[in-house]
Amino acid sequence: MSSQSAAVQQSKGSPQADPAQKTGAQIVWEVLAREGVEVVFGYPGGAIMPTYDALPGYPIRHVLVRHEQGAAHMADGYARASGKVGVAIATSGPGATNLVTGIATAMMDSSPIVCITGQVPSTALGSDAFQETDITGITLPITKHNYLVTRAEDVAPALHEAFFIARSGRPGPVLVDITKDAQQGLARLESRPPPRSMRRHPIPVASSEAIARAALLIDAAERPLIFAGQGVIASGSSQLLRELAEKTGIPVTSTLLGLGGFPASHPLSLGMMGMHGEAWVNASIQEADLLIALGMRFDDRVTGKLQTYAVNARKIHAEIDPTEINKNVRVDVALPGDVGRTLSALIPAVQAKTRQPWLDRISARRSEAAPRDVQTIPCGGKLYAAHVLHDLWRLTEGKALVVTDVGQHQMWEAQYYKHDRPRSLITSGGLGTMGFALPAAMGARFARPQDEIWVVAGDGGFQMTACEMVTCAQEGLKLNIAIINNGYLGMVRQWQEFFYNRRYVATPLRSPDFVKLAEAHGLAALRVTKREEIPEAVARARAEPGSVVVEFRVEQEDSVYPMVPANTDLRDMIRRPANAFEEE
Amino acid sequence: MPHESAFALPAGPKTAQTLIAYVEDRPGTLNRIVSLFRRRGFNIESLTVGRTEREGISRITVVVRADDETARRLEANLYKLFNVLSVEDVTHAPSVTREMAFVKVRAAQERRAELLQLVQTFRARVVDLGPESVIVETTGTQEKLDGLVEVLRPFGIIELVRTGAVAMLRGPGAGGQNGAARAEDGVAA
Repeated sequence: MSSQSAAVQQSKGSPQADPAQKTGAQIVWEVLAREGVEVVFGYPGGAIMPTYDALPGYPIRHVLVRHEQGAAHMADGYARASGKVGVAIATSGPGATNLVTGIATAMMDSSPIVCITGQVPSTALGSDAFQETDITGITLPITKHNYLVTRAEDVAPALHEAFFIARSGRPGPVLVDITKDAQQGLARLESRPPPRSMRRHPIPVASSEAIARAALLIDAAERPLIFAGQGVIASGSSQLLRELAEKTGIPVTSTLLGLGGFPASHPLSLGMMGMHGEAWVNASIQEADLLIALGMRFDDRVTGKLQTYAVNARKIHAEIDPTEINKNVRVDVALPGDVGRTLSALIPAVQAKTRQPWLDRISARRSEAAPRDVQTIPCGGKLYAAHVLHDLWRLTEGKALVVTDVGQHQMWEAQYYKHDRPRSLITSGGLGTMGFALPAAMGARFARPQDEIWVVAGDGGFQMTACEMVTCAQEGLKLNIAIINNGYLGMVRQWQEFFYNRRYVATPLRSPDFVKLAEAHGLAALRVTKREEIPEAVARARAEPGSVVVEFRVEQEDSVYPMVPANTDLRDMIRRPANAFEEE
Repeated sequence: MPHESAFALPAGPKTAQTLIAYVEDRPGTLNRIVSLFRRRGFNIESLTVGRTEREGISRITVVVRADDETARRLEANLYKLFNVLSVEDVTHAPSVTREMAFVKVRAAQERRAELLQLVQTFRARVVDLGPESVIVETTGTQEKLDGLVEVLRPFGIIELVRTGAVAMLRGPGAGGQNGAARAEDGVAA
């Protein structure tokens, strides 16, 4: 902290006797500044007012959100776009509980955020005071760790440790709940506060024996696949992954959160696996004799029915969180530890090879699937969401940072927007949080001021956090916002079509006029109803200095294909009918 | 007790697995541990908490009925809690495990001599003697306690309480030293 800002605080005529003492509220900002925080996302209220009052003078920008869920998603989007810790602030009670969905989202996707909440004075704790809620109790299962701080002298140690925990090992959210009297109380702020924890936090390391066993399996495999999860991106190991794949000639498939960790344009890239993964990928998984899983957790959306999952394959699992190893899938070689470190040890240990017969077999499958791909089907005057995503990819040359919401559009994005770089797709994978996209993209904007950012959201999810449009306007943020409007809660409608006899219960969705809505919030807006209008709309959106909403009125009852129904063998995919469009 | 684990991995043979966790003595630590067991579906047989030779550090002995792989994951999950300093799986290590119980038994005059005889045989002792009942106290392995309860059952058990197991590794070393750094070591990874 600069001496200049310290002087500002002193000039307020505070009753401090010892000039080295600061209020807990001042200490909050001092610690944030020390941790390199440039921006926080928050919403004030009674129990956090002392902290807000101390903000002026510190070199930290505050973004006033319209709902605290947005603050948590913004911190999350900032974290995912930058790899640094994002920060959200809220008051006690409803302010804190509104953060909960955003915290759970960050927990499921291992995103490092620190949430600071105000709390009623320590003397009132447990008395059901106005706006009191047990937020450390509520967030216990959805944080990596949390703190209730009741004294000013505990603020700095708890906050520093919170940042450390959030970004260390497998990252995740940490909540620090600070009572009002702890914010108002005085404490000395040490230049380096003593660590609070008595515990070391060693990151596990894969043994050299395990590396050697993994190398033996890789050298012997005839039909191996590499699985790239988010751990590849989080550990900054994209280049190492590429080295492993190129040396061994093994093709790479990605989880949803792993997209971008391996270039989609690379000849060894197969695309996404799982429920809406590519048909050739899922079929190849069931035929593979070895899976090399890097930084992923065999989620049920990835595996389908576990009893029939990749039964012919040996499994090697490199993962920083030992609790994920042997959780859903029994593995043959466990490689606990940082994926980058594991890859560095593994690459020299494996033989250089080409595996042409296996690659040819996968290519043949890929060719078979082509006629069913909506990309190869003419639009026939209609606007398909898949065409929108494909054209967006072409028009932005695949270089945009795309932030998606949850549902059909999310899967079409994953299938048709080809990501070549890590941290170029931000999406809520594990929790599947509708309303994530807009606020997460706003957070990402602060982390990546130069990059083109596209929000891709459905008409349902967008309405959950649409209030943040005006935050965009107030903060002068530039985002391009694509709303894929099909008039339904599309993914639920699709499940109703496939599994509930087309009874569309509670899925037809009336939306406001998105163009008027955007304009009312101070954003530019336009509407697209035909495929040929897409290039001009994208060009206009990119040229606009402020945020722009582009509403795409797409086919109402299109579905995402292929689809592996929940808890089903990966081979049992529902495919797009090959002749579906010829009839029309 | 929590529900059966929903994980789909084929389970190995389930046995009583004993883990010792050294934890920071802070408010909420036990809550975190119990919450972990609940949400991950671990089936807990017993759990005891108490102070240790080191100030600020408590020791939790937990017995789960699980296969070895589940016990390993439980240990790894415990390590993810930041108030947990270290965990020892003593199931397959040379160790001493004991549990204590009070059993309040009906003790009519005509069967009292027989009852006291049994108590003596089990090296248990009577800590309260009433006109209608006695309280028997005993310490031992889980099997010994099970045995005593079975022989007392015909007399009529009015009330039974068991503490759950505590365990300690044999040998000269103190447990729990691996993960618990001194404060000045800091929190470096």
